[in-house]
Amino acid sequence: MTMKTVFEKTAGLTDTQTHYCPGCTHGIIHRMVGEVLEEMGILEDTVGVASVGCSVLSYEYFNCDMTQAAHGRAPAVATGIKRVLPDRFVFTYQGDGDLASIGIAEAVHAAARGENITVIFVNNAIYGMTGGQMAPTTLVGQKTATTPFGRNASIQGLPIRVSEMLSTLDGTAYIERVSSHDVPNILKAKKAIRKAFETQKQGLGFSMVEVLSSCPTNWGLDPNESLDWIKDNMVPAYPLGVYKDVQKGDVR
Amino acid sequence: MGKVLMKGNEVIAEAAVHAGCKYFFGYPITPQSELVAYMARRLPEVGGLFLQAESEVAAINMVYGAAGTGVRVMTSSSSPGFSLKQEGISYLVGAELPALIVNVMRGGPGLGNIQPAQSDYFQVTKGGGHGDYHTPVLAPSTLQEIIDLTEAAFDIADRYRTPVILLGDGMLGQMMEPVEFKELKEREPEQKEWATTGTRGDGKPRVITSLELNADALEKRNEHLQKKFALIQQNEVRYETYETEDAEYIVTAYGTAARIAMNAINKARKDGLKIGMIRPITLWPFPELPFVETRDRVKGFLSVEMSAGQMVEDVRLAVEGKAPVSFFGRTGGVVPTQEEIYDQIIKLAGGVVV
Ligand SMILES: Cc1ncc(C[n+]2csc(CCOP(=O)(O)OP(=O)(O)O)c2C)c(N)n1
Ligand code: SF4
Repeated sequence: MTMKTVFEKTAGLTDTQTHYCPGCTHGIIHRMVGEVLEEMGILEDTVGVASVGCSVLSYEYFNCDMTQAAHGRAPAVATGIKRVLPDRFVFTYQGDGDLASIGIAEAVHAAARGENITVIFVNNAIYGMTGGQMAPTTLVGQKTATTPFGRNASIQGLPIRVSEMLSTLDGTAYIERVSSHDVPNILKAKKAIRKAFETQKQGLGFSMVEVLSSCPTNWGLDPNESLDWIKDNMVPAYPLGVYKDVQKGDVR
Repeated sequence: MGKVLMKGNEVIAEAAVHAGCKYFFGYPITPQSELVAYMARRLPEVGGLFLQAESEVAAINMVYGAAGTGVRVMTSSSSPGFSLKQEGISYLVGAELPALIVNVMRGGPGLGNIQPAQSDYFQVTKGGGHGDYHTPVLAPSTLQEIIDLTEAAFDIADRYRTPVILLGDGMLGQMMEPVEFKELKEREPEQKEWATTGTRGDGKPRVITSLELNADALEKRNEHLQKKFALIQQNEVRYETYETEDAEYIVTAYGTAARIAMNAINKARKDGLKIGMIRPITLWPFPELPFVETRDRVKGFLSVEMSAGQMVEDVRLAVEGKAPVSFFGRTGGVVPTQEEIYDQIIKLAGGVVV
């Protein structure tokens, strides 16, 4: 009997087993990024920047040169790399705590400068790694370790919508928000990631894909409930879609 | 090339260009802003890149990214801005990345002022950021010396894969002196096999990181770093001595303070006092040897600083109680005068001018 390969691990990822919790969509997002790098044939021309958060070890998972950055500083580190090596592909992989809190200045200014890099922004509305504290993206009413009674807008303020905010900057070329909660959305997410790297390839400027992601462990939900929670709670607060596409002149 | 009259900050910048630095990421702060402006104009001329970052934090992290590609890269700042760079410096040390960081010190603490000071000595020599580490610190005292030490700083950075600090102060940064540069030569960029530039057919992906979750493995990394620091202590100590052979008292100072102290010493010598000088050029590694060599025969040491007394602690460690160590310093951006230092020397020598 001859066997036909119908599904394979992407060359974009190493053989290292990831440490993510069961049901966490960080793994799916990794896979999509790895597949895009492989399909575009740019793995050997890519330098990735790992951030701080649950994806801190992503430098062990992506099968390309990787640099690990301090909490929030990935866009600055990526700027340094890209400015020396403008013909290489440079991407950051950042959580919402990393990008929207401590690293918001670095993200805003890299975007404003139109740095020709791609940011993969994983929004799970919580700090995963440090044990489920409030993130800037935590929803109003959402219970976290540091908002035990639910995020109260009058005390903790309102969530930051990063895609909307960055798309107002002239330096951004492509910004899309996607989700990882079901197969159709995952397929869309991968397309967006590809589009972001294509944008970089064409030298159009800053591209970012915000991926709504799950954190079953810190949400206190099982993996399936978590996917539903993304769909029912996050998607309404963080509408999906293309926020900026300079090629189409499309700004929402 | 003949002599040119230049401002200290610009000398540092041009010296870096001569040392093959093509990338600068910085943020303005007085009294070092001329360095930033000079680079903005100069680097494009040599095919390099200048980028004004949104903050010192961003600048040092851009340096981190660029250093990871293997090029010679630098940033500069002054005290409050240098504090912000400490996060990145700790990461550079942890990830073993070479870079040059210039600190043109001003008065503190806090926002302080924009006058020259040497009050960041502890910060630059004792680590400053988190974790067990040191960075080599080079402290020129003339503009001509800046040229040699800037190149030396990049060489040390590359040799040991470590960030190196070039330490000046507002006086050195702002003063003008004639200096002479060697002819600018195009350098072959060094190939660094650890650099993350995209694998491009040369095998396994490379990783630059300071993270090591396993305690035993992180201890091993620390041991490796400590060995490197020991090697730097062995090989890279620099200092200058002046008339220490017959000296009864030795003044020690670095940078701007050393320049002024030197004039006071010359006057004291003219007045018949046997005063010598030890000028540390590397502040870390601290030059212990000239103190060890003299401590048994001199009557005392005097550390002169533009601080409340920081280097004096290292002097005391080097002297090991074998001779009295006294201190004179001015703070807050006040530069000690030659007369003040002279008076201190007289006081030290028992108040007698022979
Ligand atoms: C300077 C600094 N502050 C705080 C931390 C601790 N810390 C590590 S991960 C993290 C939050 C990460 O959350 P997020 O970016 O949302 O990623 P996730 O873990 O959810 O994937 C924090 C606060 C740190 N490592 N460095
Ligand atoms: S803590 Fe949350 S974000 Fe982190 S790996 Fe687990 S599920 Fe994923």
